[in-house]
Amino acid sequence: MCDTCGCGQPADAVTYRKPGQEEPVHHGHAHDHHHDHDHDHDHDHGPGHRHDHDHDHDHGSRTLAVEQDVLQKNNLLAQRNRGWFEAKGILALNLVSSPGSGKTTLLERTICDLGAEVPLAVIEGDQQTTRDADRIAAAGAPVIQVNTGHGCHLDAAMVKRAVGELAPADRSLLLIENVGNLVCPALFDLGEAAKVVIISVTEGDDKPLKYPTMFAAGRLCLINKIDLLPYVDFDADRCERAARAVNPDLEFLRVSATTGEGLDAWYAWLRERLQESGGGVV
Amino acid sequence: MHEMSIACSIADIAREQARAAGAGRVNTVEIEVGALAGVEVESLRFCWDAARSGPAAGAELVIHEIPGRGHCPGCDLECDVDFHVALCPRCEGGLRILRGRELRVRSLNVD
Repeated sequence: MCDTCGCGQPADAVTYRKPGQEEPVHHGHAHDHHHDHDHDHDHDHGPGHRHDHDHDHDHGSRTLAVEQDVLQKNNLLAQRNRGWFEAKGILALNLVSSPGSGKTTLLERTICDLGAEVPLAVIEGDQQTTRDADRIAAAGAPVIQVNTGHGCHLDAAMVKRAVGELAPADRSLLLIENVGNLVCPALFDLGEAAKVVIISVTEGDDKPLKYPTMFAAGRLCLINKIDLLPYVDFDADRCERAARAVNPDLEFLRVSATTGEGLDAWYAWLRERLQESGGGVV
Repeated sequence: MHEMSIACSIADIAREQARAAGAGRVNTVEIEVGALAGVEVESLRFCWDAARSGPAAGAELVIHEIPGRGHCPGCDLECDVDFHVALCPRCEGGLRILRGRELRVRSLNVD
């Protein structure tokens, strides 16, 4: 997958940065470099048989059958990531939501409450700034910020690169905070074990019907900011019914990352997934 | 705007396939986009103009839109679907998606 092929944004638009670093770790060239050369061949077939010829490749118009999945490159890379995570017993979760749902606050709280129990690392995806990575670093977890420039989602190549820089511990929990966007990240497999969709009560409770693809792709839905329920017109039951209409298997937890309400259930869910992946043992 | 990434991937595939076949220029790229693939066709057309490059710089994008079809394993009904989670209109069982998730480069016409 290629967000930096020069057609959408400059080649150095995707950057990888750890907190405290002035300069990006590397410029992100998550794409192949193509070198096309015109060349002549000299074939020497022994005495009396030497001849030179040029290839001009002019064979007239023709049709080539391709039959290749457009997302094949991303999907193959995602499977490599998945295999790597499984081999190291790392539980990788892809956290997706609209901007402002409270993903980073949830991560800060999770790091504080679970950090002593399980090694935890974070990949932060945002278009610009290292603000979120700075917050995660302050909370005490290893983190790398991927700035996608104009890109609207993380892809498998970015995660592969970020994981290489971050080097998460064996049997750890890797939380990948995707770019705030309920549409595009649904299409791009990163190699995660599961997608966790976060919706906050300051959004509409009909959002699962308006953005069904992401809710269909998720395994767990966290309804966040429930401490604000008395002040907003958000019906959590109606939200769950809407999300179940597009994904009958979706699990739900109601939490407040600010007050801590409901977070024990989130941690219990994480422990179960960690056991499944062979991780979580300090 | 993930359609930009999709368009770039299509341009990558066109360039690689053309080079492998020793073609100098790509005239058309035929793709299949299913109704359930999560891709806006108009947005993809818009992005294609910016994404096409190299030997595919002048290539026309021909899009075959594939409607969604589902099959009910319970009552054997086959019907249209407009989302990848759908219930059988006859027995309300879960439908298995037959078609509509395609996002594939079908062929290239090259010189």
